Amino acid sequence: MSDSAKSHHLNPHGKGDKTHASDFSYVGIDAILEQMRRKAMKQGFELNIMVVGQSGLGKSTLMNTLFKSKVSRKSVLPDPEERIPKTIEIKSISHDIEEKGVRMKLTVIDTPGFGDQINNENCWQPIMKFINDQYEAYLQEEININRKKRIPDSRVHCCIYFIPPTGHCLRPLDLEFMRRLSKVVNIVPVIAKADTLTLEERDHFKQTIREELRANGIDVYPQKEFDEDSDDRMINDKIREMIPFAVVGSDQEYQVNGKRILGRKTKWGTIEVENIGHCEFAYLRDLLIRTHMQNIKDITGSIHYETYRVRRLNESNILFTAHPPEHPTPGTKQSQTYNLFTCTNPHCGDWEEDLNSNF
Amino acid sequence: LTVTKVGEGARAVPLAGHVGFDSMPDQLVNKSVNHGFCFNILCVGETGLGKSTLMDTLFNTKFEGEPTQHNQPGVTLKSNTYELQESNVRLKLTVVNTVGFGDQINKEDSYKSIVEFIDAQFEAYLQEELKIKRTLHSYHDTRIHACLYFIAPTGHSLKSLDLVTMKKLDSKVNIIPIVAKSDAISKSELAKFKIKITSELVSNGVQIYQFPTDDESVAEINSTMNSHLPFAVVGSTEEVKIGNKMVKARQYPWGTVQVENENHCDFVKLREMLIRVNMEDLREQTHTRHYELYRRCKLEEMGFKDTDPDSKPFSLQETYEAKRNEFMGELQKKEEEMRQMFVQRVKEKEAELKEAEKELHEKFDRLKKLHQDEKKKLEEKKKSLDDELNTFKQKKMAAELLLTQAQQAGGSTTLKRDKERKK
Repeated sequence: MSDSAKSHHLNPHGKGDKTHASDFSYVGIDAILEQMRRKAMKQGFELNIMVVGQSGLGKSTLMNTLFKSKVSRKSVLPDPEERIPKTIEIKSISHDIEEKGVRMKLTVIDTPGFGDQINNENCWQPIMKFINDQYEAYLQEEININRKKRIPDSRVHCCIYFIPPTGHCLRPLDLEFMRRLSKVVNIVPVIAKADTLTLEERDHFKQTIREELRANGIDVYPQKEFDEDSDDRMINDKIREMIPFAVVGSDQEYQVNGKRILGRKTKWGTIEVENIGHCEFAYLRDLLIRTHMQNIKDITGSIHYETYRVRRLNESNILFTAHPPEHPTPGTKQSQTYNLFTCTNPHCGDWEEDLNSNF
Repeated sequence: LTVTKVGEGARAVPLAGHVGFDSMPDQLVNKSVNHGFCFNILCVGETGLGKSTLMDTLFNTKFEGEPTQHNQPGVTLKSNTYELQESNVRLKLTVVNTVGFGDQINKEDSYKSIVEFIDAQFEAYLQEELKIKRTLHSYHDTRIHACLYFIAPTGHSLKSLDLVTMKKLDSKVNIIPIVAKSDAISKSELAKFKIKITSELVSNGVQIYQFPTDDESVAEINSTMNSHLPFAVVGSTEEVKIGNKMVKARQYPWGTVQVENENHCDFVKLREMLIRVNMEDLREQTHTRHYELYRRCKLEEMGFKDTDPDSKPFSLQETYEAKRNEFMGELQKKEEEMRQMFVQRVKEKEAELKEAEKELHEKFDRLKKLHQDEKKKLEEKKKSLDDELNTFKQKKMAAELLLTQAQQAGGSTTLKRDKERKK
């Protein structure tokens, strides 16, 4: 079977005007874009965001601001005492939101209690476990014989890490957490409650943070190694120069210059949340929602999840080295499990041929 | 650790302003555009029904290939991949042709190579999916998304080969039946032909691909088109001037059949359905229905089972280990068998060789004896000849001696005589 790919340009000069059905040079392949769009609109999208940070850093408010509705844990499960839990809890809340016909199932995963104890050792563990549990659930569904048409995706696509606005440098807790979790999930660090920093303090803080991340080998989103092409790299380099975004959240509207905008009103002025001169909320929103949402999900699915899967499937092979087979199968570990599913040894055929040809 | 989940059924929340995730479909489409698309068509039909020409017409290019001969011993599948581009959409199109279909005298096994080919593509995808380190997002999908089944324009009914083949393929691929070279049939005959074909398909339980009617934006056109199946097509890459335009057509002395004229044939309908409206659905059906069925059957065949909800959640490791032990056991058994066979063959060969050796030895001995006998004979003969020679020599010597004696005696006798005379 020949498999040569020959390039044909169907419409080298034309624009492919769809209305001319008699235009013989137009085939209609680009109609597939419209078909995909229709399918996507019908299916809807899923997004799972986790917020991590100490109490009081404005996590819930930021979520409400990002999605312009009451999606946070506090809005759904109001806690009149505002108590800080004794251990980390993981609270996951789902909402159906819709905008211009596009439906999205948004899940916000909150982590009250993180970093709030006196001894915060291993406080990342419950979070790691939760993230890995979601990968596990997806894997289990994926390897079922009878599996669903669309595997429900509860994997954490993005983890927003809130850095307290000290203005100095990252704390050991921040470094530990981000170092461990950047290996399993996309981390987007933000400077919380950034309205306490002046612009100079902010820039200095950001630079320090970037250097510390680099020095510790922590790869936050967008990761350099996953840039697909030079266009990608250009766009992402610009973003990498700006992270972590210094954000301010608010779900209250005020009147400024005749317009109603989201902001925080203080005695010395009103901070406009969506004004990029005041804070970088708009950049965060654009990154997460308007431009890179699909990319975030892709990296979760094709890289983080696959890494988990490889590790998980290799774990089951470790059991077998304890009972080495008498006649070891030739080939790498990978091909051993591969053979498991095809129940054939690629070399058996060769041996048979040899035998037959020699006699 | 407490995990609280709220909103499994999810609640609808109104938005107080523009968030911006309405750009998601665009983001998704952009990613796909960057990635490129894949579409694989299988053309099944007898030689000479215009399969290649139709592909050329549909995609507006001249794909390579010579028309095949009619004397193929069996059915083979030939696939060619082309990269097409239209505006910003890059399509990797693979066209698979059945070479030699319907040419054999005995066509009982014709469908087999087609089914094997389709299964092989599913198998390749399944194996990639089951790999530990896999690259699904950059995998070149070769699974067949649409099967165009070319029906010969007899005007009567489906051939039994067609029925059998379609029945074998309907659970593996999306079948779109088309009447080929339909300019050979008149309009009224065509209508009757289509009805006959449809009723035969239904009565034989053949499931052909139905254009989807669940999405309201295309439901109407799709359901209309469903009623026009099978499409009666004419293909042509030649252009003829009609009025002041050049159109694709077939020119006969009695008139010109215009390919893109909907009154003349259903080519436009086919193109509309196959490419412009339902390409994505064809790909999706292939993946979520046909491939899943193949996968389910294959895994069940190998003995994998899902656990029921009552029992413990199954451990990946346990299943793998169990399967692996089973497999190793089988492998050992097979190795043992091969080893024994090997030993057996060696023994047999050895015996053969020994036998041959023995024969050779015997032959050698025989020959040697023969040689010795000959030698002996020769020696005896030589001896006898020598004896003769010696005897002869002796006689000769004796004769010579006698002669010399005789001469002496004769001489002396002559002397004596002379003496006596003289006396």
